[in-house]
Amino acid sequence: MTDLITATPGATAEGNQEMRPRSELTAREVMREVGSVLRMTESQAAALASENVDPTEVPEDQSMIINMGPQHPSTHGVLRLMLELQGERVLRCKPIIGYLHTGMEKTGEDLSFMQGGTNVTRMDYLSPLNNELVFSMAVEKLLGIDGELPERAVWMRMLLSELNRMSSHLLFLATNGMDIGAVSMMIYGWREREEVLRFFQKVTGLRMNHNFIRPGGLAADLPAGWRDDVLEILERLPDRLAEYDILMTEQPIWRERLQGVGVITAQEAVALGATGPILRSTGVPWDLRRDMPYLRYSEVEFDVIVGSYGDAFDRYAIRLNEIRESMKIVRQILDRMPSGDYRIQDKKVTPPPRARIDESMEALIHHFKIFTEGFKVPEGEVYVGIESPRGEIGCYIVSDGSSKPYRIHMRAPSFVNIQCLPHMMRDGLVADAVAVISSVDPVLGEVDR
Amino acid sequence: MNEDSAVTNHAPEPAPTRYGCHVSDSRGQVVIHPTRDNYVATLKALVDDSFVLCSDLTAVDYSAYASRVGKPTERFEVVLNLISLERRERIRVRVAVPDADATLPSAFDLYPGTEAMEREVFDMFGITFTGHPDLSRILMPEDWNGHPLRKDYAIGRIPVQFKGSPS
Repeated sequence: MTDLITATPGATAEGNQEMRPRSELTAREVMREVGSVLRMTESQAAALASENVDPTEVPEDQSMIINMGPQHPSTHGVLRLMLELQGERVLRCKPIIGYLHTGMEKTGEDLSFMQGGTNVTRMDYLSPLNNELVFSMAVEKLLGIDGELPERAVWMRMLLSELNRMSSHLLFLATNGMDIGAVSMMIYGWREREEVLRFFQKVTGLRMNHNFIRPGGLAADLPAGWRDDVLEILERLPDRLAEYDILMTEQPIWRERLQGVGVITAQEAVALGATGPILRSTGVPWDLRRDMPYLRYSEVEFDVIVGSYGDAFDRYAIRLNEIRESMKIVRQILDRMPSGDYRIQDKKVTPPPRARIDESMEALIHHFKIFTEGFKVPEGEVYVGIESPRGEIGCYIVSDGSSKPYRIHMRAPSFVNIQCLPHMMRDGLVADAVAVISSVDPVLGEVDR
Repeated sequence: MNEDSAVTNHAPEPAPTRYGCHVSDSRGQVVIHPTRDNYVATLKALVDDSFVLCSDLTAVDYSAYASRVGKPTERFEVVLNLISLERRERIRVRVAVPDADATLPSAFDLYPGTEAMEREVFDMFGITFTGHPDLSRILMPEDWNGHPLRKDYAIGRIPVQFKGSPS
């Protein structure tokens, strides 16, 4: 099948994405599916490539290929996995994605830089503010105004980004609990997340998909009483997190279900391009907030949480503790939040203040033009990557000097992380497959874009 | 290189190179431009030079690029973003791929994580990666025709009431 495609580019056939039965396997496919590129020595790999052999050597009549998803409550949306099973044991796994593909990168080419935020915010719908942040930072870099943002705008962005990390991790705890059978955890996790979302609603007007962080700053200032709202969240959460520790971390069944499940080594994680909690669970202390600081992360104190075993339990514990670290950062932001403007006063990218529109014809025209035509961005290409709750989210924009991005590409952490699934699941049990998917914490809106 | 040195130095400065490739600077970010022939060799050199994490691989179709100044000669460009964990550095690799022969050697053997990304580029741009273990569509349905992110692939649209409005 692969040869056919190579011969005629553009021609594709049905059934191509699916997992091949054992009898049709080529050595290359086996190498990809079992990750032998990473686990084998060169001589072993060469021996495998020379003939059609399967390293696990399971007769075909003893194994069975089954579909898990795309409609399955544990698949976090519409992830479809094809699993080859021998009894309860997973021999091979292949994720099949695209069920939520809506061509957002193509849509992004037809929206102006002004409108782009509404598009990107819908990709990773659990951390919309981080999507907007990376998009805005990329556009600002192209415009050359990335160093000129008012301090308050920068610190507000940090506040929202960290609160968003908390809400995203809280949802992870909820779904992780639900997937493994601690169904009451689902309700607690959603409840706490809702408190953060309520704050977002107060600030941005929406619970999700805010389009609040925009090129040049933010859409509005923080509302009156915001500090009390944040303090209330900070006050309430520590007790709840302590409850989670009792409910899950210290519970033998919970540990039994997660420890030693879905193990991945540091070498494999790096080779597969995994970032975020997955990479950190293997012991690699890589956090873009500390290692390639953006905004003012170099000025706040926080710890990078790392694991040591690379299993599902480490990934759970890392996310739980990252909520605590985010709270630490938010406290420092509260202390240091400067006063000033919440957006850059550059006529090119910012609309005039509302009050000016009533009194000035020019301001009205300016306002109209900036929202209908957008602003032109100088020619060039940039890539900006930041740390989202799921790993490195990147935005690659090519501009040809017009008011729309010539090409906008989002480096989605879940899209890359999902490649770890076959490695984590190999030789595990079907029941653990659910725990493994859950521990990768993929957001399918971002995987498929 | 600042402007003064360009004026005082009569002999043309040798173009900056890194890993044997032309280097450019894009808004302060390092970009190297290997040719298709030394693409794999360059990636090998980059892996040896601690750029072990390939964070992103994507492509751009420059066929409708409006500006003449920065328009590349070839239609496609495959773009990789690599990270050195040791030195906390990023580098971008841009390699031109002609329209007539839209193929590129796969980076799978050096960066196994590019497996899905190369499939996405194949799916969206129709660039074939030789040596890729499973080159099939990843986001579009498997029997889809055409490559959506190519610039000559029209976007679907619903008729708008105001004709001639900037779309």
